[in-house]
Amino acid sequence: MSERVAVRKTYKLFIGGKFPRSESGRSYLVQDANVALSSRKDARDAVVAARAAAKGWAGATAYNRGQILYRVAEMLEGRREQFVALGVSDEEVYAAVDRWVWYAGWSDKLPQVYGGANPVAGPYFNLSAPEPTGVVAVVAPEAPALLGLVSVVAPAIVTGNTVVVAASPSAPLAAVTLAEVLATSDLPGGVVNILTGRLSETVPTLAAHMDVNAIDLTGVTDPDLAADLEVRAAENLKRVLRPVPAEYDWYADPGITRMTSLLETKTVWHPKGV
Amino acid sequence: MTATTTSARSDLSELGRSETALRTFLHGLPGVDQVGAEQRAAQLGTRSIKTTAKAQAIDLAIRMVDLTTLEGADTPGKVRALAAKALRPDPADPSCPHVGAVCVYPTMVPHVAEVLRGSGVHLASVATAFPSGQAPLEVKLADTRAAVEAGADEIDMVINRGAFLAGRYKEVYDEIVATKEASGDAHLKVILETGELATYDNVRRASWLAMLAGGDFIKTSTGKVPVAATPPVTLVMLEAVRDFRAATGRQVGVKPAGGIRTTKDAIKYLVMINETVGADWLDPDWFRFGASSLLNDLLMQRTKLTTGVYSGPDYFTLD
Repeated sequence: MSERVAVRKTYKLFIGGKFPRSESGRSYLVQDANVALSSRKDARDAVVAARAAAKGWAGATAYNRGQILYRVAEMLEGRREQFVALGVSDEEVYAAVDRWVWYAGWSDKLPQVYGGANPVAGPYFNLSAPEPTGVVAVVAPEAPALLGLVSVVAPAIVTGNTVVVAASPSAPLAAVTLAEVLATSDLPGGVVNILTGRLSETVPTLAAHMDVNAIDLTGVTDPDLAADLEVRAAENLKRVLRPVPAEYDWYADPGITRMTSLLETKTVWHPKGV
Repeated sequence: MTATTTSARSDLSELGRSETALRTFLHGLPGVDQVGAEQRAAQLGTRSIKTTAKAQAIDLAIRMVDLTTLEGADTPGKVRALAAKALRPDPADPSCPHVGAVCVYPTMVPHVAEVLRGSGVHLASVATAFPSGQAPLEVKLADTRAAVEAGADEIDMVINRGAFLAGRYKEVYDEIVATKEASGDAHLKVILETGELATYDNVRRASWLAMLAGGDFIKTSTGKVPVAATPPVTLVMLEAVRDFRAATGRQVGVKPAGGIRTTKDAIKYLVMINETVGADWLDPDWFRFGASSLLNDLLMQRTKLTTGVYSGPDYFTLD
């Protein structure tokens, strides 16, 4: 019998719950693998997918979203060795799993912390409730590849946003492998869309896109690019999260600001009595 | 794929006099090669139209849109808003052309007519017991006359599919002739409802029947049955109008309707026209898209080309 030939994996994009190649047909060599090099049209398609998924995901109950995020943690735990084989440390995988669980728990608790009843001088109930901003473009940090990605995606989606993520250009394999985890976790297609390739090609398109509601610039290291992206984002008044400093500790307690930065507050007045 | 036989060419106008002559002619049309038609339509859909050519195609497609609302829930306010959109599809850009026509139910015609008067945008009304066409002929004709009197200058009629499928071609023919007469100066678009005709051979026969009876346009669908306009069906109809002009010298327009939602789809149809019947039909007088949501996608793509930035549905009206 002849010697078996190993089957190598093609690392593709993750858009609308599917794994397409780049529309441009291009790929680039990184981490000893061929990875799709996305174009601005892939970014456009990803925004369309994210927009299509937004209504259903925002309308799902907080309990349901929490369950799905917890399911992601379960799946990730089960695939730990796959990430270790990509050079992600054990410690980082465990931290990423724990981060999913931590954010999953927030899904039905954040409204109590961040919303609530307001005292008003009149016979009304006055209630504020946080609602998702909509479609969020996210530039994942360069490193740590897995924990950094989870730490920017989970807080955006737990509250009902959908995201288009530009993965770390130098370490995209963890992102594509995480997409396989997400695809098997009951997460509706389009809630998370992952683009691999050069930031300079996809992110300016996302920053200028009129159908994107917020942009998280966490992974942008070039201050000029960050400034340019903010200018583009101003066109339709996107919410902008600025880049984090290089020495940021991704293992530390993240706090709730990443979640609350991507929320809108809806306040309703309701007559009391009668 | 020439669809006329030389014997029939001499006296096409006489065909309508007898059931037998009509049947002999329609069943004498060559059959459609189903695989060939589908393959040809799919192949024409692969052309890549970019930059300035795309900008031209988008503007042409906007001018070809029959902006349509055919809902039980249509109100005077809603159709007036639609008519205002037909005049200025993109309020932010005065260089954006107006659409070809507004298409509504007969009772809504007066409300649209007020808005469109003198604008050059046509006013189409469906008639003849749209969408089923299952009403007595007098009722259908009264429906047509009422629409024309109310101000419609284009009538979208439905053929009697029950009669057509039962093989009573003369009855279908006579109804079209009568409706044409009842519409007076208004342009008559004949809806074949290809989704209910089952075969491409029937589509070809119905196209010829509608043209022989005097239709100014042949239209694919009502938009009320699951299968609406498809590229192969439109291809068969385009071949029919091409062959009809070759046989009689009279040019007939084509209107695919229903299911065309994206700029990409619209451009595929424009490519198909150019490759099948030639540039003579690349004009709103000879080709229309029956659509509602298509216009917004055209406007978004147009905005992308003029501003360089992808637009979103938030910036265009819903209807």
